[in-house]
Amino acid sequence: MSLQVENLTVYYQTLRGDVQSLEQASFKLADGEIMGLAGESGCGKTTLGNSLIYLAPPMKYIEGRVSLDGEELPIWDLARMNVYRYKKISLIPQYAMNAMNPTRKIGKMLSELLRSRKISYVDLLPEIKHRLDIVKLSQDVLNMYPIELSGGMKQRMVMVLSTLLDPSLLIADEITSALDVSTQKSVAEMIVKFRDCGCMKSVIFITHDVSILYQIADSILIMYAGQLAEKASTNVIINSPLHPYTKLLISSLPKVGVKYSEDKLSGIPGTPPLLLDPPEGCRFRERCPLAFEKCLQAPPFIEVENGHFVACWKETPA
Amino acid sequence: MPGNPIDILISRAGLRGSAVQTMYDYYMGVFGLDMPIWKQYLNFWTSLFQGDLGISIYLFPTPVTDVIMKAVPYDLALLIPSVLLSWIVGNNFGAFAARSKRLDNTLLPFSYILSATPYMWLGILLAWAFCIVFRIFPLAGGYSFAMRPNLSFAFIGSLFSHWVLPFLSLFIVQLGGWAIGMRNMIIYELEADYSNYLKALGAPNKLIRKYAFNNGILPQITGLALKLGEVVAGALATEVVFAYPGIGYLILQAIHNEDYFLLQGCFLFIIIGVLMANFIIDIVYLLVDPRMRAGMQGETA
Repeated sequence: MSLQVENLTVYYQTLRGDVQSLEQASFKLADGEIMGLAGESGCGKTTLGNSLIYLAPPMKYIEGRVSLDGEELPIWDLARMNVYRYKKISLIPQYAMNAMNPTRKIGKMLSELLRSRKISYVDLLPEIKHRLDIVKLSQDVLNMYPIELSGGMKQRMVMVLSTLLDPSLLIADEITSALDVSTQKSVAEMIVKFRDCGCMKSVIFITHDVSILYQIADSILIMYAGQLAEKASTNVIINSPLHPYTKLLISSLPKVGVKYSEDKLSGIPGTPPLLLDPPEGCRFRERCPLAFEKCLQAPPFIEVENGHFVACWKETPA
Repeated sequence: MPGNPIDILISRAGLRGSAVQTMYDYYMGVFGLDMPIWKQYLNFWTSLFQGDLGISIYLFPTPVTDVIMKAVPYDLALLIPSVLLSWIVGNNFGAFAARSKRLDNTLLPFSYILSATPYMWLGILLAWAFCIVFRIFPLAGGYSFAMRPNLSFAFIGSLFSHWVLPFLSLFIVQLGGWAIGMRNMIIYELEADYSNYLKALGAPNKLIRKYAFNNGILPQITGLALKLGEVVAGALATEVVFAYPGIGYLILQAIHNEDYFLLQGCFLFIIIGVLMANFIIDIVYLLVDPRMRAGMQGETA
């Protein structure tokens, strides 16, 4: 088991109270697994990703344990986490386009960053060049400023930067959202290629685009309003989902060969609840066609089949 | 400018009777004021291109260029250190304040008070405190009235003690503004995406602060260029308060005496000075912002 998360609960502190954006998240990630983390905006995907690497105010740690390669991570302690950051757990941020210091040459910035972590840039240089080749970037980029790179190039450069120290876990946060479809595909394929050549062990690939996960992810974790809804292998999620939200989500995706001019795509009626004061129990209750009295209590996230977890009373054996 | 400077000149000489008319005609001829206006205007441009700004009426018969050249060293000695030092100290002060909330809460209001202080008011306060109450520094002039300019330690000491208060009043007021600007820039840079990325990769605060300072200083350099014009005006008020013999003090004297040759000369000098300083800062910007350098070189890859 590469990553093990138990009952992780993280809130955002605001003047109007705590925003309960991540509630009792428990899941596991195997070595070499690329897990897609999907859900709509504001459902806590990024909160989950960030809390694993940099849990800073206004985020507030409430409870939960995280262990990586059998070692418990002190995610609530900003200073003690520093040992693990970059070396064991790394991040490709949502804002990869602006992630590099605009006034430093990329190579210089990287060498200063590595020196600050007591790692020699010169020793790593052959490896850096090798990885630039993998992502099809010229080695000259090390002598350039970020402004001289296109958006897709910056994205790939940040990918090389973030994975340089072979972390056990890489959190890729919405890395394809700002790119066009063809670039999206090549970036996603590079993540797979990096995993295959051992640049990182496992990946949490955060996105709201389920179709891209279908192409690269081994498993998919669906979140709704701060709670985990369902986790299973990609095929199971796509073909035989159990949670009503996943079912509705998957059925909202367009299918090949169907003309939607005759048969309109149906969305999910309603909107997600505000997380400042979320409803008791299952947070999908109000939009769920199957909801009944028991849904007033939060359903546990349990394994119904091998590797298939779901949080729904309808699927829980009594 | 209404009024006739020659009348002032004559009345100061205390002449009577026909001598008044004779001297009046003589002076009008010397300054070329008896010619038609359009001809005076043409004359102004021709002599300007020959580097001749005319003769000062108030300090007759010294040429305006000589009067200004005598005042310029005082101005440079006052302005360059006060502008540059306040910029350097203010930026560091502001970056330091941005480090923690407590520092920020104590230093920031103080900086706001400083930057809102009028130059002359602070000048008067300093003059009152250090000249009248404590009697540490002399009140007026560029050097002791009992001395003649010469190269001796006593004279240089006198120059220095007359320089301290005007310098301080300019320095202190500018300091607050730079500190506030830099504090805001640093806070903004520390929240920037690249700072967050470095934090997530476990880079030490020292490195992140260094980047923030290097990037935050760039707008401050532009600010320096914009501020220069204002500083020259501030120096005017300060020089008047301390009767410091720089351009500002000359301008006041020129206005009092309706000496428009001198006034024109001073303004021309200030304008050229500010433009030159702006030009220099543009070049400096090119040196310190690598993005501009890269832009000038064009594509390299």
